[in-house]
Amino acid sequence: MADPQKPLLTVRYGLEDSWSLAVAEKAGAYAVARRALSEMQPDAVREEVKKASLRGRGGAGFPAGVKWGFLSPKEGDEVYLVINADESEPGTFKDRTIMDLDPHRLIEGALIACYAIRSHVAYIYVRGELRHSIARLEHALGEARAKGYVGDAPFGVDYPIEIHVHSGAGAYICGEETGLLNSLEGRRGEPRLKPPFPAIKGVFGMPTIVNNVETIASVPDILDLGGAEWAALSRLPGDGGTRLYGISGHVERPGIYEAPVGITMRELLDDYGGGVLNGRPLKAIIPGGSSTPVLDPARLVDAPGEDHPLHRWHGKSELDVPMGVDTYRALGTMLGTCCAIVMDDSINMVDVARNLMRFYRHESCGQCTPCREGTGWLVDILENVCRGTSRPGDVDLLVNVANNMMGNTICAFADGCAMPMLGLVQKFYPEFVEAAKHGLPKGTRHDTTTRDLLEGAA
Amino acid sequence: MTFALTPDRDQKADEYLTRYPSARAALLPVLWLCQEQNGWISPEVIDFAARRLDLSTAAVKGVVTFYTMFHQAPVGDHVVWVCRTLSCDLRGAKAIQEHLEGRFGCHAGGTSTNGKFSLRKAECLAACGQAPMVQIDDRYYENLDLGQLDRILDTIERDGIEAAVERFATEASFDPDAGPKARPLQSVPPPPVSKEAADAAQGSGTSTDKPTEDE
Repeated sequence: MADPQKPLLTVRYGLEDSWSLAVAEKAGAYAVARRALSEMQPDAVREEVKKASLRGRGGAGFPAGVKWGFLSPKEGDEVYLVINADESEPGTFKDRTIMDLDPHRLIEGALIACYAIRSHVAYIYVRGELRHSIARLEHALGEARAKGYVGDAPFGVDYPIEIHVHSGAGAYICGEETGLLNSLEGRRGEPRLKPPFPAIKGVFGMPTIVNNVETIASVPDILDLGGAEWAALSRLPGDGGTRLYGISGHVERPGIYEAPVGITMRELLDDYGGGVLNGRPLKAIIPGGSSTPVLDPARLVDAPGEDHPLHRWHGKSELDVPMGVDTYRALGTMLGTCCAIVMDDSINMVDVARNLMRFYRHESCGQCTPCREGTGWLVDILENVCRGTSRPGDVDLLVNVANNMMGNTICAFADGCAMPMLGLVQKFYPEFVEAAKHGLPKGTRHDTTTRDLLEGAA
Repeated sequence: MTFALTPDRDQKADEYLTRYPSARAALLPVLWLCQEQNGWISPEVIDFAARRLDLSTAAVKGVVTFYTMFHQAPVGDHVVWVCRTLSCDLRGAKAIQEHLEGRFGCHAGGTSTNGKFSLRKAECLAACGQAPMVQIDDRYYENLDLGQLDRILDTIERDGIEAAVERFATEASFDPDAGPKARPLQSVPPPPVSKEAADAAQGSGTSTDKPTEDE
């Protein structure tokens, strides 16, 4: 039985050979799946997950139990579970820890989820670069098949479940759920128009549930503790449990940490991350992957109205607002994947914008004009601004281009590019104006603080 | 010259076909097998994959050109991907790239003069907490400095890629002892975030100004 006083998702991470079935099973793996499949009805499993208020861990934060409820397969339909392991949002490196260090937790979660949504086949779509994680998953699946946990009769229950690992081949857009489905079908990973949503018509034209790795890996603990008790681990209502927090960039202890939903960014940075690297002053934090608008620690929450969802934090720094899907949305940003990128005061935010927009230009799938052209224009304008060769009005043009990308495309990629662009200009406007006049200040490079360190160690 | 998979790989392709309700879905796995054997996706490989899965060559080529990891031209013995997205750049990825360019004598996108290494810039490789990092063939090498990078490449040149994997390759890391110890996962009463929630919570005395102070 899981102990709510201890870590849940990461409890087996520290064990030697934690990825092997023998070690994982000794530490409790598959006990919950065995119980769920033998003793529970699928409806009861879904009910527990609903009670848990499990918000999807892939970035959008949609309640997983509600998503499962959208399925209404017709006679003869095959329901598929697709697990999104195409982790590629810049700043995000949490799902990789699950696949590398505890793949059996993911497989156990997949077995339970398949049972709950009455599916017999699950695909785990892993990004192509993660060859090692793919090998770990394949190995773990081999072990689970040999024991009979995956196959015709898992744990002796007459409910066949097959799980396959499917490798991508390098395309950020395949993390978008319908782009992923196209890629899984052997096509270019271009997102599909919605509706129909995957729960109605997904992969191979069949009802499909797409969930993130961490979402699925949370399911065993939810059944073990009970949905309500698991939800109560969180500090926020309607957003349950514990989750993986990542922190990277200019921070003393970058890494993945498990904590209750609703710790503040300041706690993540100081208590978990050990503060800003070399004790330098903090400039900005991108809270949950590159698509989430930046946080400026100097900005205070402006919520004077009593009915404002953030009224309790009125007048406090943005960093003191609890990290939750709803609280961060009210703050004008997004929780995203909950993996923060920290920047110290040596960094110029125009340079940051250029780095991120290069990413979006490279990864735009190109099927919608506003996104294909807009991402390219943003980079071109930013290159000019950085060089000091921009024309008057170029900063406004950045805003104009970004605004014309928002909401005008098939998928949310363009929004995910435009939102951080607008956030950067809004919160660091003087830096953009200054760079537009004179170019980047001399000596500005992302790596000024670490270059000596790199060469010193050579 | 036509291309064909070796018998064991061809058997593997047959197994892939059983995993999906449509043959086309096996395209990415089959292309991976082909690239593993051929080193890159040549026009002959595209013809082969099209025949094997009963697709048009245009359909296969459309897929090949969509994905970054399918090489559309021959590459060196090893491909080095250096991550240049924000988290890595903040920790010195530019210096890593410049060092590699100097060592290989080629820009990112090119191949070293001795044909051993192809250098590529990569967008975020999901290793942000262990930046800076490179991917060499199938494995990640993380928390790099220039000295470590040279040791890895020296090892590959001298003893081969397996030796480098054995000694230097990394996987996702996690330190169970890091983080605040005196902070169990146990919850405190959740603070209301909306007015309705605040109203509902009133009277039950669950509202605390700063939830963390109780711990």
